[in-house]
Order: sequence, then structure tokens, then C-alpha cells
Amino acid sequence: MHCVCVLPSGSSEPRRQDRVTVDNNNMGLLSDPNRRRALLGLLTRLNAPICVVCYMAGVAWFMGLAFEPFTLRTYMSENAMGSTMVEERFPAGERALATGREFAAHKKKTGGMPVDWLVRTMQARGLEVFTQSFSRTLPFPDENKERYMVKGTNVYGILRAPRAPRTEALVLSAPCSPGDENNQAVGLLLGLAQYFRNQIFLAKDVIFLVNEHDLIGMQAWLEGYHHTNTTGMDWSPLQGRGGSIQAALSLELSSDIITSLDLVLEGLNGQLPNLDLANLFYAFCQKIGVLCTIQGKLQRNDWDSVSGYSHAVQTMMLMVMKQASGRPWGDHGLFLRYHIEAATIKGINSFRQYKTDATTIGRLLEGMYRKLNNLLERLHQSYFFYLMPSLSHFVSIGYYMPAFGLLAVILLLRALDLWVQLMTPPPRTEDGVIDIEQSSPGVLSVLTPLVISHLTGVALYMLPVRFQEMAVEHFPVSETEAVVLTAIAVYTAGLALPHNTHRLLAGEGDGAGLAGAEAGRGALPGRAVGLHRPHQLLPGLHPGSHPGARGRLRHTSRPKGFVGFHLGHPQPGLHAPLFRVFLPRATGNARQLPGWLGALPFRHLAGHPGPRAVRLSGLPTDRPVGLSLLAALLEHPLLEVDASQAGL
Amino acid sequence: MEMLTLLCLFSTYLLASSINIEENAGQFFSSGHTNNWAVLVCTSRFWFNYRHVANTLSVYRSVKRLGIPDSHIVLMLADDMACNHRNPKPATVFSHKNMELNVYGDDVEVDYRGYEVTVENFLRVLTGRLPPSTPRSKRLLSDDRSNILIYLTGHGGNGFLKFQDSEEISNVELADAFEQMWQKRRYNELLFIIDTCQGASMYERFYSPNLMALASSQVGEDSLSHQPDLAIGVHLMDRYTFYLLEFLEDIHPASKTNMNDLFKVCPKSHCVSTPGHRTDLFLRDPGSVLVTDFFGSVRKVELTMETINLTGHIKQWEESAADGEPRKETYSYSDQLPVSEIIHQKPKQKDWHPPDGFILGLWTLILLVFFKTYGIKHLKHIF
Repeated sequence: MHCVCVLPSGSSEPRRQDRVTVDNNNMGLLSDPNRRRALLGLLTRLNAPICVVCYMAGVAWFMGLAFEPFTLRTYMSENAMGSTMVEERFPAGERALATGREFAAHKKKTGGMPVDWLVRTMQARGLEVFTQSFSRTLPFPDENKERYMVKGTNVYGILRAPRAPRTEALVLSAPCSPGDENNQAVGLLLGLAQYFRNQIFLAKDVIFLVNEHDLIGMQAWLEGYHHTNTTGMDWSPLQGRGGSIQAALSLELSSDIITSLDLVLEGLNGQLPNLDLANLFYAFCQKIGVLCTIQGKLQRNDWDSVSGYSHAVQTMMLMVMKQASGRPWGDHGLFLRYHIEAATIKGINSFRQYKTDATTIGRLLEGMYRKLNNLLERLHQSYFFYLMPSLSHFVSIGYYMPAFGLLAVILLLRALDLWVQLMTPPPRTEDGVIDIEQSSPGVLSVLTPLVISHLTGVALYMLPVRFQEMAVEHFPVSETEAVVLTAIAVYTAGLALPHNTHRLLAGEGDGAGLAGAEAGRGALPGRAVGLHRPHQLLPGLHPGSHPGARGRLRHTSRPKGFVGFHLGHPQPGLHAPLFRVFLPRATGNARQLPGWLGALPFRHLAGHPGPRAVRLSGLPTDRPVGLSLLAALLEHPLLEVDASQAGL
Repeated sequence: MEMLTLLCLFSTYLLASSINIEENAGQFFSSGHTNNWAVLVCTSRFWFNYRHVANTLSVYRSVKRLGIPDSHIVLMLADDMACNHRNPKPATVFSHKNMELNVYGDDVEVDYRGYEVTVENFLRVLTGRLPPSTPRSKRLLSDDRSNILIYLTGHGGNGFLKFQDSEEISNVELADAFEQMWQKRRYNELLFIIDTCQGASMYERFYSPNLMALASSQVGEDSLSHQPDLAIGVHLMDRYTFYLLEFLEDIHPASKTNMNDLFKVCPKSHCVSTPGHRTDLFLRDPGSVLVTDFFGSVRKVELTMETINLTGHIKQWEESAADGEPRKETYSYSDQLPVSEIIHQKPKQKDWHPPDGFILGLWTLILLVFFKTYGIKHLKHIF
């Protein structure tokens, strides 16, 4: 027994020691100066190759996503919708088309939306019918009709759920487009309204909406429905409402028979509806036997061939591009902003043999609405961020984000490289004073381009619209051109800015030339003269140096001196130049500081005696210290960071 | 002479009939129960769980048809499918897609509905710990002569059954509730049926006597749905209960179908899952237990003019039963001791175990031989 006790303890001891050292290694990867230096060296030396590898890997990853074995099959996540187990019985496709033709005739007669006819027809089908009129002043005239003011009317009919409370609603919309388009969609919408009127299984209100002027009408209706006004549009308030809208479909049909149905998902700002809505559409297409496409592309089975793969890549890239464009690709796109899952279904008539009639499309919609009717809560089970290389496969956000991560890490690596270069001490000269040329740019020089670029952005955002009227009045240009020209003008004005601001600010480089210029302007009164000449503002600062020249400071022993000095431990052995930077405090005497400085947090420092080693420059110390103070404030945290990083 | 023979025949007939009647009277009490109760629970709500409500209603229909009155049935339905807005055939619940059997029927008395169907209420009904204001229709007023049928259906997993969408009952809680029922003399025999995924996990923790349990699937198996109906748009029933209902539809109050037939309901070829049953806690032979002992309330009535000595016969029958199966003891409520034995029973010992001293000695011997052979310094190679 004794031996048994001894042995394990004897064997475990070295192991414990091992573990301790391992821990040290792990923790010391960044805190251990040697290892950090090695790591940083690796990063800086191999920066370009690593970036290239990341880039290639990112692109390859992204392209690989379209390869079918790497994608997931779509599946219905929502239990309440479950399967496609529904009997579709919509019979009246032909009658719906006849209604569509009647609608077309009335549209032609009215020369726009046949509001009265629609109201009458919907009422005849037993809906509660309401209209909403809206108007919107366009920033640019309509290209076709040369008009500023868009006026229109939305007509919508609410089919109340026969036995349920009016708390939830579904929307089926069809745009009333100019010309001969979308007549069939309106006809089918009215046909479905008539059919649903006779069904008793509806647990949600169904709102049948015919919107004029596409997106403008849709936006007006949505704003009216939700009592918001985000676009500054004028619309009359809605007289009738259903419950909260759970899902919406927008229908676009322009021919009596179609060959395929295209599903459009991309909404405003690249938003997508829940994937379950796409799944539902795909499931019913499969069940009913309708050809369905996404991005207008059919699904192919030959994923292992080059053409099949490139087909999938094209489909996926089209989706990415459409999302990147940010505009809604159908009337459904505006619903998404209100957290309503919506999609547009477009009928496409190409030269394919396989034709689908209106009854079948009606059945498909009936099936989808019956399943949506079964919903108990908003669609939330499936993905909101996804890409679809085909309608039956999807790439979830977890799979495509690493590709973007690989691309984004390049920025980080480059930034790290620049940061390391900034930190690296320049080669030391014999007496410990560094070359001024090697010092890195200061805060002011970084700040200025930042401010300028932001100002440019604000100008680009505000000026074109603001000056539009003025430009049209004074110059022979149209509104559209005025905006473009103003934008160009802003850019051109940017050329007038000194393009080497940072050098100018840094006060380095051709120090002599600048000093000369400064001398020439010395007669100018006020602070403005010295604004960008730090060595003037900072008493005690050498004309050739700059508070931003941290290389020098850090390099010679400074942060220690700096800290120690402020804490009241002057170190006599230090080189004088080290302390030249810290003027308001370095000048040593509280009495020399203006009164308001006392309110600043580091007031307690002011009372300390200045270092004996301070060498004052030739400049007078009683110069205004406003900007110098700013510079010192900005410098202060940076130096402290340096000091702590150097391990001093 | 003729008269004499006639009298003689008559008397022999009388004698024979009286013997028959006495035998029958003995049979009357073979199951030992005088009343029947049923607790039927559907634990899931929402339209797409239509089938669970249909399951429960079909069992309700069967037990009611076989004679258990509404006053003896506690029916718990978590959702109202008949009046759901999505039901295309309002006020009906169908169990078969041929739409012949509307299990909602004409008079359904739902005792606990909607959000009243909770784990707490279920356990309170079982154990009888209900507030005094509870009406009698919502109580399980059983006694030590009651045979109780408990039927549960819903969504479950390994060791639990989900109630509504918010809570669960575990198999341990259920087993403890049954034990409490036994200790409170609330049942004579209890038949537990569950139709849920991994249903067998729900009865594996039972430990109270006189329990028989059936489940639709084994641990690790899913119970599957049946009867997809396009018009209603949902599955109408679950497979196990569908075949159970089919089986029960053929039962009538006088049927002699026994539990062994019930165990054969829904073989794997029909169910896809493997139904399971447990009889080790039950004291009678399942082959001698009639299905109507639980599913019906069969009052056996035999009209006779004879005087029958009941006590003697019962005693005799009990003795004969004890002779026939000596290893089984009949627990009755007069002795509560076996219950505590079951609760505190030790793990089953093996048939023979060598004494501890012997094993200790053996190990000492082994170590001694080992040290003699190798010495202490080689010990580290061993460990």
C-alpha cells in the first residue's frame, strides 16, 4: 500500500511542473517580449503572402459554396406549416383570366387604375373594400411622362376570417402596372378572392391589394397600414385594417399561360424573407408540378459538371449582386422593412413546351395561403440570412461568413502591419537621439484628413439636393444633371485642398522651407498663424520636432521620464531633449498656466515643480496655450499606452 | 310416476343451475374491482396536433361505448380542434380519412380544457389533492376497488412528456404519483397507455404494484402519425391509437378478449415503431385479464332465486388461485407492508457470493506471492 501511494505522487509531480511551464508558454505568447517580437516579425515579413493567401482562400471558399455537395437541402422548419398536405381545389382559372381581360379594358378606358370598377368588383365578391389615395413629389421627373407629382389610388379588399378574431392577416397584392402588364395577376387575385370567400377554414384575414405605381403605392399603403411616415409621402389614412400582417405575396403575371414561376426574394437593402417562405413555394411547385426558378434560372441536376457548377455560381452571384444593389426587386421588398415575410412570384412565359395555366397557379397560391393560414406565430424557425445556388439548396450565414471573414482579416493584417511599423523604433544614433526623418506622423496629421473626408461626405450628401433648384435656375441644366454636376463639383473642389496636408501638419520633411514660410507669415496676427505649426504652439518644442514625433520620445527613455517626472520624481540624469514636449506642465509653474486650466483633470500635476533639465526653446512661453493643450491632451494617452506597452 | 320423474328432473336442474350460479358468482369478483375510471389526457395544443386530440377522443369514445359513464371519465384536452378556426369541418373530429367516424360525437364532456391541462392539474387529479371547490366531474373519485385506465398522448422524449408548450412531466414524477395513489388506496389495478415518441421510457420507472403499462414505441423510437387527410390538411391520428381504436371497435361488453390480445395491437409492420408493454408489477396473468376490466364498466348481472354463500366461495377461489401460482402473492390493502418492501427493496443479490474474508485472503495471497517473486522494486512496472 505504501508503494502505491508513493508512485503516483512521484509520477505526477513532474507532470504538474510540465503543465505549469506549458501554461506559462500559453499565456506568454503575447506578453512575453521575445515571442511577441517573433510573432510580429513573422507578421510584418510575411504580411503580403499571408494577405494573398487569405484573399485566395476567401474567394475560393465563396466560390465553393455554390458546389452542391457543400450546400444544404432546403427543408421546412416551421411545424405549423408542416408538409404540403392540402387539397387544392381552386377551379376558376379561366374565369379569373376573363376578369383580367375585363380589368384591362377598364384600365385602358380610364387611362390608369380603374378604381370604381375594382371597388365594385371586389364588393361583388364579398370583400370589405377600401381605397387609399396618395401623392408623392418626385425629386426627379418621371423619365417617361415628365412629371414631378405622382398621384394614385390603392384599392384593397379585406376578406374577414369567418370564425377567427381579426388579429392576424395575410396579404396578396398585384400591382396595377401601366400598359398591358399584370392584368392576369389582378384577374387571378380577384378569382382567388372569390374562391376564398366561400371557404371557411381561414383563420386570418386575407387582404387583396391592387396597388398603383408599383413601389410608391405599396409604400404608401404600408405606411398607412402601420401608421408610420418615413418617406414624407402624402396619403389618406386607411379606413379599414386587418390584424398584424404575417406574410405577403406579390403576384406578377402578364400572360394567360406561363412556362415557369420565378421567385423573387431580395428586398429593400438586401433584406430577405425567412427561408421557410421559399421552402413553401418550392414544396408546392414540386407537388403541383410547376417549373419554378430563382433568379430566372432553373435548377439543374448535373452539379458535378462544369456547366452545372457555373450555373449554380451564376445563380448565387446574381442573388449576391441583387442584394448588394439594395433596391427592392419586387413589390414585396417593402414589406420586409415591417418584419413581414414577403416574396414576389413572377410568371414567366418563354418558349418552353411545358405550359402551366392559370388554374394551376391559382391552386399553387391556394395551397400556399392555406399553409400560411395555419401559422401560429410569425415565420422565424428558418434562416433570415442565406444565399441560394438553386431553389432546392441554400447556403446559410454560417457557411458564407467565413469567406467574408477571410477577406476582412486582410484589412486587419494590413492595419497591424502599419501599426507595428509605427511602433518600431527607428535606428538609434550614437548619442541616443533619433533621426527626425524617421519619426511617425502625429495625431493632428491623422485628424485632418479624417475631418476633411467627413466634410466631403457631408457635402456630397447635402449639396446636390440643396443646390438643385439654384442650379436649374441659373444654368441650362435639368434637375438630374444638376445633381450629378454638383457631385462632380464637390470632387473638383476637393482637388483644391493641399494634397500633402499631413506633411504640412507634421512640420517635418523640408523643415527649412516650412520654417521660412512661417517666418514670412509671422506678421499675421492672432493664433490662426500658428495653428498648424505645433512647435510654435508648444513652448519648449523644438521647431523641427512635433508632439507626434513619438519615435523620439519613446526612444530615449522618455515614457519613464515622462511618468516619473509628472509624479514628481525628476531624474537628473536624463537627457534634456526628452522633456521638451510637455509644455503646459513642463513649464513647471502653476502660476504660468491660465486660470481655466485649473479645471482640467490633470490640474494636480501643474503644481509640481518642473524638471530641472527642461530646456526652453527660443519661443516665448507665454504664448496662448489653447491648441498646445489640445495637442498635449491628445498626446497624453498615447504616451501612456506606449509606456505601458514597453513594460516600463 | 311421470310426476315423480318430472320433479326429479326439475330438482336436478335446479341443483345444477345453482352450482353454475355459484361458479359464476365466483367469477364476478375475479378481477377484484367494482368500479371503473378513466383519465384520458391530450397534452398538446395547436392545429397541427389535431391527431393527438383525435387519439384521446377515440379512446374516450371506446370507454364510453363500453360503459364507463362521463362521471367516471376525466377527459383533458389541451386544445379545441372541433372549433378551431382552421377546421374545414367544424364541430367534428375525425379519426379516419373515410370520414365515417366522428369521434367528437354528440356528447363529449371535456373536464379539463385548454390551459387547464397542466402537469399540476394532472397530478392533482391522480392523487386526489384538489381544492375543495373542485366539482365532482373534475375529480377522480376512485377507491381501492377501482380499476383505472390512464391514457396519455402528446409529444414526448426519453423520460418526459411535454404538456402544452411550456412544461413537462417526467417518468419519475409519474411513477411517484402512482405510488401515492397506491398508498392512498385510490386504485385496485391500473392500466397505463401512452402514445408518444419514446413512450416506453415513461413506464420504466414505475414501482407500485398492480400496474400494467403499454406504450406505442420503445426508447429511441418515434411514434408516427397516420391518416393524412388533404381536406382537413393535417394527420388525423397516430398509428398506435389508430390500430388500438380499430381493435376496440370490435370489443363489446361481453367479449372475452384479454390483455394478451391488446399487446398484439399494432405490430411493427403497421406501427413502424415497436409498441412495448410492462406486466412485471401486475399480479394477475395478463391472459386472464379481460380488456373490459379496464376499458369498460361491465356490471355482471345474473338473476337467480338461489341463496348463495358468497364468502365461502371467494375464500375457496382465493385459496385455489394461491395454490395454482404459489410465487405470486395477492396484495390487498389490509397489508401495506409489501409496498414499503418494494419501495425500500435492496438491489437483487446474486445467487451465491463468496464471503468477504475469502476474497480478502485471496488478494493477500496474490500480493504475497507477487512480492516474493519480484520484490518491491519491480512494483512500479506493474502499476
